[in-house]
Amino acid sequence: MSDPPPAAARTAWRVGTVIEARPETSSARRIVLDIPDWPGNDAGQHLDVRLTAPDGYQAQRSYSIASAGLGSRVELAVDELPEGEVSPFLVEDLQLGDRLEVHGPLGGYFIWMPQSVTHDARPVQLIAGGSGIVPFLAMVRAHAAIADPTPFRLLYAVREQSDVFYLQELLQLALSGLKLDFVYSGTAPRDWPVPAGRITKEALAGLAIPASEKPRVFICGSTGFVELVAGWLIELGHAAADIRTERFGGT
Amino acid sequence: MSFITRGFSGRSRERDPRLPPGQTKVDDWPVLSAGPTPKVDPEVWSFTVTTETGAQTHWSWDELRALGLEDIETDIHCVTHWSKLAMTWRGVPLDKILAGIPTHAGYAMAHSYGGYTTNVPLPELLNGQSWVAFEADGTPLEPEHGGPARLLVPHLYFWKSAKWVNGLTLMDSNDPGFWEQSGYSLHGDPWKEERYW
Amino acid sequence: MGHVDGNAIAGSLAEIFPFDVTAAVGRCAHCGSTGMIGDAMVYFAATGTIVRCANCDEVLAVLVETPSRIWLSLSGVRGLTLPT
Repeated sequence: MSDPPPAAARTAWRVGTVIEARPETSSARRIVLDIPDWPGNDAGQHLDVRLTAPDGYQAQRSYSIASAGLGSRVELAVDELPEGEVSPFLVEDLQLGDRLEVHGPLGGYFIWMPQSVTHDARPVQLIAGGSGIVPFLAMVRAHAAIADPTPFRLLYAVREQSDVFYLQELLQLALSGLKLDFVYSGTAPRDWPVPAGRITKEALAGLAIPASEKPRVFICGSTGFVELVAGWLIELGHAAADIRTERFGGT
Repeated sequence: MSFITRGFSGRSRERDPRLPPGQTKVDDWPVLSAGPTPKVDPEVWSFTVTTETGAQTHWSWDELRALGLEDIETDIHCVTHWSKLAMTWRGVPLDKILAGIPTHAGYAMAHSYGGYTTNVPLPELLNGQSWVAFEADGTPLEPEHGGPARLLVPHLYFWKSAKWVNGLTLMDSNDPGFWEQSGYSLHGDPWKEERYW
Repeated sequence: MGHVDGNAIAGSLAEIFPFDVTAAVGRCAHCGSTGMIGDAMVYFAATGTIVRCANCDEVLAVLVETPSRIWLSLSGVRGLTLPT
């Protein structure tokens, strides 16, 4: 296996074409781009999207990539923020065949690499708040695609089932080895064993791989969610160095 | 600009003669946070002027406000292309703060709680051009907008209006402040679009 | 809007450095603590990007992109190291 080229050689502004777009939830959209010169990306990386108006005005935002590996097909899942500028355009106005400027792949920090590369057999705990699921989708897909032996557990905190991204695919992955847990903060599905409510430290302790197994932990969600969960994990005995976080901001 | 995103126009950018070039009117008040928001209690707040000789003069919250509050109506222009028009402010003019302080300095560095700095030519702080402001649009300044007190220099880009201001150092040379060290204009006149070096 | 993690600046820094700075380890010149740049706190201030130490809040780095230049100050970072 040859070494990957350095980041700068792999990272550039590129133009992708929208080849697939469909509603993911009532507020989110799955968008698939074909980017001919995409060098492939690691699971958990992100890209920047830049929009340019006819008068030269530009707006730019970062989005996690839901896909991983080689190939020109790059998948995003974008949640529309009511006060946003870029996400409403991507969710409501972008059409099949449109071209988008993207910069990436970006980030070598919030990524998962296969055990064959890292030689790290410790289990991995993924914790998503809302649309923070997107980089984890890339990770669980990559993990399943190569049948990596690392134990994976995904905790997905979400308001209600209709807000779940990639529900069918996640349920399929759960049938083939992914340990999958949901915490519903708003409305739980019928017959759900626990009442809906915001995640608590006790719920987290019960649903996350215990600190005694020294898991590597990835957390992605709003700043408030990430800080709450990371703080609890440290109180539960996890080492700060084993926790990686990705927060997303406001607009 | 070669690439245009089909269908994208951005937030509406209407023109108004009160808008300097390259600016867009906003109705809300965007918050730019460069760090944690300091929470400063007026009980412990103080304002210090340090002259080029090192001589210092201090005012408490009550002492500074007792110099005389004025009401101001003005537009503000942020270098990040938004302007907020016809705001009302209340504050103490720098004329009253600097009156009676002997100096031959040509420039001032504003200092803030939290470590922020910005430089302004001293003559541009005088003659009714700047204030230490305590209220905006009828309410005390929220911490996120620089409360309890911020500098107000509305004829320059708004990064010169230092949030959480706690003093001025008078200087012989025009030393750059926080953003001015990283590419922003030493002066910052929005009508001349003095955004960068 | 508050802060995000250091990995959020990967895009901007990829324009400057031939390696991924967010995976590098730096020492804070203010408090002496060490950590990955990806663990630092990033504030997008619209005027520019400020990277602060997760331990002491002091400024590690400032990045400003103007239409003609990129300005990078690493005045708060004492030494950067990364695996080869």
